[in-house]
Amino acid sequence: MNDTENGTGAHAGADKVMSARDVVARLESGMTLGIGGWGSRRKPMALVRELLRSDVTDLTVVSYGGPDVGLLAAAGRIRKLVTAFATLDSIPLEPHFRAARQRGALELTELDEAMFMWGLTAAAHRLPFMPIRAGLASDVMRVNPGLRTVTSPYEDGEELVAVPALRLDAALVHVNRADRRGNGRYLGPDPYFDDLFCEAADAAYVSCEQLVDGAELLDGGAPQTLLVSRAFVDGVVEAPRGAHFTSCVPDYDRDEVFQRAYAKAAADPEAWREFTERFLSGDEDAYQAAVAAFHEEEA
Amino acid sequence: MSSTGTAAATRAEYCVVACAEAWRGAGEVLASPMGTVPTIGARLARLTFSPDLLLTDGEALLLGDVPAVGAAGRVVEGWLPYRKHLAMVAGGRRHVMMGASQLDRHGNQNISCIGDWARPDRQLLGVRGAPVNTLNNPTSYWVPRHSKRVFVERVDMVSGVGYDRAAEAAPSARRFHRIPEVVSDLGVFDFETPARTMRLRSLHPGVLLAEVREATGFELAVPDEVPRTREPSAEELRLIREVIDPKGLREREVPA
Repeated sequence: MNDTENGTGAHAGADKVMSARDVVARLESGMTLGIGGWGSRRKPMALVRELLRSDVTDLTVVSYGGPDVGLLAAAGRIRKLVTAFATLDSIPLEPHFRAARQRGALELTELDEAMFMWGLTAAAHRLPFMPIRAGLASDVMRVNPGLRTVTSPYEDGEELVAVPALRLDAALVHVNRADRRGNGRYLGPDPYFDDLFCEAADAAYVSCEQLVDGAELLDGGAPQTLLVSRAFVDGVVEAPRGAHFTSCVPDYDRDEVFQRAYAKAAADPEAWREFTERFLSGDEDAYQAAVAAFHEEEA
Repeated sequence: MSSTGTAAATRAEYCVVACAEAWRGAGEVLASPMGTVPTIGARLARLTFSPDLLLTDGEALLLGDVPAVGAAGRVVEGWLPYRKHLAMVAGGRRHVMMGASQLDRHGNQNISCIGDWARPDRQLLGVRGAPVNTLNNPTSYWVPRHSKRVFVERVDMVSGVGYDRAAEAAPSARRFHRIPEVVSDLGVFDFETPARTMRLRSLHPGVLLAEVREATGFELAVPDEVPRTREPSAEELRLIREVIDPKGLREREVPA
């Protein structure tokens, strides 16, 4: 069905489809960049890989960290990281994040998982902060000396942490389906915080497994799977296997074999140079072809 | 000894039962076990003395049945994506059993990094949800290998909040703070002392008090008579071995 058929008029509304390169062309060095997903789950990896092909650097990255953080840290693109963790899930420690921290290569704002969520929420709601209990008495307060507390103005008088808004210059997220206007649908069990990332950002870019039109977007499914609203989206990129090697269920699971190869290579500079040469020196098509060749060798 | 199967219980099985006991009487709350042995323990509690517990598949689904560890459930009874999970934490309807890279006598826990935070010797996971967990819902700990590297005088980065830090902070930090217990491969510990410092509650059968003291980097409170961790019943052993963990994953986390 097209727009004419459903009665909304042909060519109504903005068409936001663009390439990954177009997205990265809108990013600038020094920006605060939010990256959706969680750990090694539904990360906008094709957009991250495109970012690696650019010279955008000096970023403040805000992420529930996974290999997005690892790849950008390994390439020296992160000046400051805002996170509660960086993990590959089935491999507990993100090796590049670990190495970057141990050589003092990036500045860290270490927040609790809930503080992070409320920081994004504050930004999405255009509030300066959100009051929460988490963080009090922990060393999160020590390592973030700028964090302040507030006292409830009501009878309880409770002292709570004022988590500052995590406002983003731009956000990158990856979903299963999207339409040309920027409505994004997720089909897996967890939305993570991708809607919040988009709402907290001045500009949001959504990559998707498959671009669909009109009624195909919902495809008879439940409306609450429509996670991301076009009101917050500036660009849409069709990127099949664009979350690889993280999971993007039900389209595909995490590529555990490839992830193990990534983690193993990350532990050794020479192996990492080889990995980079083999997988990250060409464009996205070259990446996906190299991954396919890798699996043929492994089989 | 109350049953026929108990003589053959392994250390890992004592640990499973000790972890399960953490959720006794918990009611209709989410059991969040981290690690294999606590996962088996939570499922054992649900199948026996705490049938109202809620369990997850480790991601966003609440399980209506109790599958074996590593197997998929067949019945889904609820949806718990991270945003709802965090609401459950803040609302207190959860008892989590976390891991600990370091744990001190006051129950401060570290999973973030070892050494100076500004440039750590070893970067670990990050604080993850330890700050929100400890201030909002009961938080117990599981340590599969009890050693002085874990049970330390001072943790390098307070991720999970202990009793001394909670006491020094505003009353809002103490309002829902509770560390019911610590289970290790050597015994069960709690903080039921006047100063809220770690106390030996029970030794697993086969463990000597001297072993625990030798493997602990601070002075434990030890009662005059140290009880033994209770024996699993024959039915509990059957459930552990045949229903919940037929592949014996528990023995990998706590070797005999």
